Amino acid sequence: MTKPEIKTIDKVNRTLGKRYRAEKRFRLYGMLSIGFGLLCVLFLFTNIIGKGLSGFTYHYLQISVEMDATTLEISDTSDLNQILAGNYSAVVKRGAYEYFDVSSRRDKSAARKLLSVDGTGYLLQDRFKVDAKEIINTKSMVWALVDDKVDFYLKRLGEPGEPGKHEFSEKQLQWIHAAVESGDLQKRFNWAFFNNGDSAHSEEAGIRGAVMGSFYLLLVTLALSFPIGIATAIYLEEYAPKNKWTDLIEVNINNLAAVPSIIFGLLGLAIFLAFFGFPRSTPLVGGFVLTLMTLPTIIISSRASIKAVPPSIREAAYGLGSSKMQVTLHHVLPLAMPGMLTGTIIGLAQALGESAPLLMIGMAAFIPEVPTGVSDPATALPMQIFQWFRNADAGFSEKASAAILVLLMFLIVMNTLAVWARRRLERRW
Amino acid sequence: MSMSMLFLVMLVGVAATFYFCRQRSLSLASELGGIRHLHSLPVFYGVQAALWCAIPCLLIFGLWVVFDDAIIRELTLQYLTEEQRSLSANELQLLLSTIESITTGSSTVNDPQLIAISQHIVDFRSVSNLALSITVVCSLVGLSFWAWFKLKPENKARSNVERCFMLFLLLCSTLAIFTTVGIVFSVIFESIRFFQIVPIQEFIFGTQWSPQLSIRADQVGSSGAFGAVPLFTGTLLISAIAMLVAVPTGLMTAIYLSEYASSRVRSVVKPILEILAGIPTVVYGFFAALTIAPMIKNGLHGLGLDIAFLGVSIGPLEVSGESALAAGLVMGVMIIPFVSSLSDDVINAVPQSLRDGAYGLGSTQSETIKKVIFPAALPGIVGAILLAVSRAIGETMIVVMAVGTAAKLTFNPLESVTTVTVQMTTLLIGDHEFDSAKTLAAFALGLVLFIITLGLNFIALNIVKKYREQYD
Repeated sequence: MTKPEIKTIDKVNRTLGKRYRAEKRFRLYGMLSIGFGLLCVLFLFTNIIGKGLSGFTYHYLQISVEMDATTLEISDTSDLNQILAGNYSAVVKRGAYEYFDVSSRRDKSAARKLLSVDGTGYLLQDRFKVDAKEIINTKSMVWALVDDKVDFYLKRLGEPGEPGKHEFSEKQLQWIHAAVESGDLQKRFNWAFFNNGDSAHSEEAGIRGAVMGSFYLLLVTLALSFPIGIATAIYLEEYAPKNKWTDLIEVNINNLAAVPSIIFGLLGLAIFLAFFGFPRSTPLVGGFVLTLMTLPTIIISSRASIKAVPPSIREAAYGLGSSKMQVTLHHVLPLAMPGMLTGTIIGLAQALGESAPLLMIGMAAFIPEVPTGVSDPATALPMQIFQWFRNADAGFSEKASAAILVLLMFLIVMNTLAVWARRRLERRW
Repeated sequence: MSMSMLFLVMLVGVAATFYFCRQRSLSLASELGGIRHLHSLPVFYGVQAALWCAIPCLLIFGLWVVFDDAIIRELTLQYLTEEQRSLSANELQLLLSTIESITTGSSTVNDPQLIAISQHIVDFRSVSNLALSITVVCSLVGLSFWAWFKLKPENKARSNVERCFMLFLLLCSTLAIFTTVGIVFSVIFESIRFFQIVPIQEFIFGTQWSPQLSIRADQVGSSGAFGAVPLFTGTLLISAIAMLVAVPTGLMTAIYLSEYASSRVRSVVKPILEILAGIPTVVYGFFAALTIAPMIKNGLHGLGLDIAFLGVSIGPLEVSGESALAAGLVMGVMIIPFVSSLSDDVINAVPQSLRDGAYGLGSTQSETIKKVIFPAALPGIVGAILLAVSRAIGETMIVVMAVGTAAKLTFNPLESVTTVTVQMTTLLIGDHEFDSAKTLAAFALGLVLFIITLGLNFIALNIVKKYREQYD
């Protein structure tokens, strides 16, 4: 008897199960990697939002403060110098002693430590700047900032290990809980976070300076990179002859798009700061560096949108006797503008989040004042986050998370705008 | 007149020139019997005149602003005494900045001689300012009148304006070249100065990195060690971890999205993954340092105890809070969309006929991908990976925030390492004396970084280009 012949179809059938399993496995790998990516996005956002939201609120204690003119050392309420130099801490302290009803020196010191005396003093000062005449020598209720340790402790109540509790004595804890129960110690929205510049004390620190710094940075970047980028794109698409020089320009643009951002920082340091002697830490120099960085992005997207304008439009314009400049400026440019705007917004969003080159030109500095122009020393949002991150004080880490939320919000708005511009304005041919 | 005021005056003057010359061309045309007797449209005559005014005025303005400080400085020197003038360059600079701070009123120095000099400087400045205003305004007025009188119907206004426009475009596009040249020069010159202090072979092959210099130059052992090998290995280690995360995930994502997923899934998943690319690096750094690093530390610490409990003799795991692993993982996540979108493009460029051929021979979808599409797309994928590597090497904020500064020569991902970019920032934050080896070392590191990333990009772009030619 001869052995039964093994047909090819049998071989195929025998391995079919294995092959289908391999197919399923492969598909699973793909799904898993997508799942991993989506999970990362989810985890990142929940983590950051969870950490950041608490930075927008702060605990305040309502105390009654006697605005006594002699204690404040203000004799003339119309004199701004006196108002600026007023001894607000003294009245805040007195209000605190009164609230906690303490008289011995040790108790006074313990009570004082629960409040941010200087921070509350600044709040009072702001109020005095507006209407000193009205409130001097009156007694009024004030929401005083608590110390950042109190805030830290209260925000983490109920977490395992009771973080921050060991900072307080038994008596202080009693006071805190009594105040919370009576409703005098409340969590309120922290407006100071949006109104103040940076500060050495986390309870007074705000992002206003950083936001304004970023605003001026983007202003300089936009003013330079938009016209230059568009001009370059027009030149390369409409005018440039095919020669070595044009190739050189193109190669350079492509390479610059891939150069690490920190190298641009070195360029800014060596050329703009050391060679031309521009002032350090200013949005002007930062804007120059960011312009050079975002130019490739803008050029590449602008070129794509110029390329998308059909040649028939150009030919029609030429046929009517337009010159090259007229064709470009009157017909090609308006039609390509939506795409260019999209590219520019995306480039600016990149510039807003960029930190490494700014680090190099000294924008990671402690600057409490809010900048009022492009040549004032300033910091930027990512730099402020970095600064607060490096600060060992626990209160600052929370501020950094909150600042990250603000930065992300700006980025989301910008990117949505870009998507909207693309959907709404861009024309398909 | 303040600078912004002067600028405004210039703007108004140029605008007026434009308007009047345009009107004049119109009136000339109506004398001749209509606009068709002009060589160009009236607006071109206006623009031409405006350009004739604006360009020289801007040149004067620019040159003046650039040079007036240097000239005033030279003029100031003559008021210094003989011995003050013979001071060394640094001390002279100090003296001049003291005088400068007197002029701004921020110094309390009470030296009558210095106060007199500062008064001179104030005078010079006001004279210079006045002279600049007068020069600019006079030349503006003169040029606009000249343009007015020179205006003739047969002027080739349009050609001139178009030439200027074209020149402007060309100038703008050469900025890319200037930027590259600027980068190369700023990095190379400082690096050469660095290699004069520290020999190049010591920098590239040395295994000791401790750039801490002593404060006084005459102190013993004032030169730190500048062997960059630990930095290179640290950078490689972190990039390798990042690539281990990003390449498989990004590649499989791209394959799944382009070969399996329906277009609806694609249109939802792709933008969500792109979000990862849009998050600022400082946020990733924050995340790596405050969330991932503690997770790894705590997670592996428990594991280490378990291993010790089982009696295996490797002992408890030592996990640094600034481990390379945390930074590498987070960096990998950041690079996923970069790898996936680049490979997506490459996979989509593989012609449909190859797929159809493979299906026709009876292969399953995954076999088609593994045996046909992947090999066909390989060069492009390699290019994409190289680009991703160059991004990982140049990444700064994540490593600055999540990785330490101690230069250790190790390949253990749980230990703290340092990278090229971290060292560049630590060396440059703070003082900026351009003659200490510490500062110059940062530029030498920058040179290395620049060369490596440029090389990687060059190779990657060439591979991609070569591959594209095959199917087009």
